[in-house]
Amino acid sequence: MDFLKRIFGGGNEGTRDKARDRLKIVLIHDRTDISPQLLDSLRDEIVNVLTKYMDIDTKKIEIDLDHDEHEVALVANIPVLRIKRGNVDVNAV
Amino acid sequence: MAARVIVTTSGKGGVGKTTSTANIAAALARFGKKVVAVDADVGLRNLDVIMGLENRVVYNFIDVIEKVCKLNQAIVKDKRVPGLYLLPAAQTRTKDAVNPEQMIALCEELKQEFDFVLLDCPAGIEGGFKNAAAGADEALVVTTPEIPSVRDADRIIGMLESMGKSPIRLIINRLRPNMVQDGDMLAKDDILDVLSIDLIGVVPEDENVIRSTNSGEPMTISLESPAAQAYLNIAERLLGRDVPLMDLESYATRGFISKIKKFFGGKRKR
Ligand SMILES: Nc1ncnc2c1ncn2[C@@H]1O[C@H](COP(=O)(O)OP(=O)(O)O)[C@@H](O)[C@H]1O
Ligand SMILES: [Mg+2]
Repeated sequence: MDFLKRIFGGGNEGTRDKARDRLKIVLIHDRTDISPQLLDSLRDEIVNVLTKYMDIDTKKIEIDLDHDEHEVALVANIPVLRIKRGNVDVNAV
Repeated sequence: MAARVIVTTSGKGGVGKTTSTANIAAALARFGKKVVAVDADVGLRNLDVIMGLENRVVYNFIDVIEKVCKLNQAIVKDKRVPGLYLLPAAQTRTKDAVNPEQMIALCEELKQEFDFVLLDCPAGIEGGFKNAAAGADEALVVTTPEIPSVRDADRIIGMLESMGKSPIRLIINRLRPNMVQDGDMLAKDDILDVLSIDLIGVVPEDENVIRSTNSGEPMTISLESPAAQAYLNIAERLLGRDVPLMDLESYATRGFISKIKKFFGGKRKR
């Protein structure tokens, strides 16, 4: 039966498409794999920039990479206490 | 032309680095270049066997680095092809027997003598790869059309980029055109879509690879076979010539079923 199916090209789905899809997903995840150290240093830099403009609740910051099946997002939840108005020196780092 | 140092590597082991190095080296020599193939896969030495030169190995490149012998004492000349040479690896050493500085110095010395220095390296995720590849300017990454191999290739490509190798080009090895046709194997474009490097050639699955390993004669020395042709084309592309990709479908081992399909004039679905 299989034999006949193949002769006439019917039915057979093939695993190539499956391989292609799985490969894409694996690579999305591999490429966005981040070490805790790197994430910490990213968090520190983000906090440094933000505190030039606003007071934030540094204890409640959540920063992480959010993986779903087809994409990865950097998700940050940063409670803001107060915007610094007026005397912000934008050029100071 | 300035000498070029090219590393052959992969993410995953056993995908055809040594086979590729030997055949590309022999092909470049046939095109009139002076080529040395360096077995930089310390501890997993087998380039000597694939090239059929194992009985002529006296010293190895660790001996050169440790000044036990001179460079020209360690290099084995292939008598079948003018311009083809091998610098063997030590079997009994661990991969950290050589450091990056030593490898760079060795490659510099080889550059004085040769047009091409091809380094057969350990797989990238194994230790020792960075040391072995330190002296290379360019890289060839070998992958088979399977998920684990392509996945690991992606990692090694990132590593090679951060090491400043350029160009980094891809060899897809062991492709089975008839399986691709039947929709059961990743095709060339499926792989190129996800990896961010240029292709330098596609080598089909070919039983002549085994024959050539058995007899100790790289296919590109004399054999006429699909894989030999693919490696000759890769060598030409390295030389900057514009060679079209082989029509691998015509090489597909057409089985009974395909013949019946053809007989009935059936169209292939994919
Ligand atoms: N195109 C090919 N067709 C058939 N067999 C192959 C092909 N390329 C490599 N092989 C086989 O795969 C195995 C691993 O090849 P090798 O070159 O030693 O890989 P690596 O150096 O990456 O470990 C060997 O047994 C070799 O004969
Ligand atoms: Mg090898």
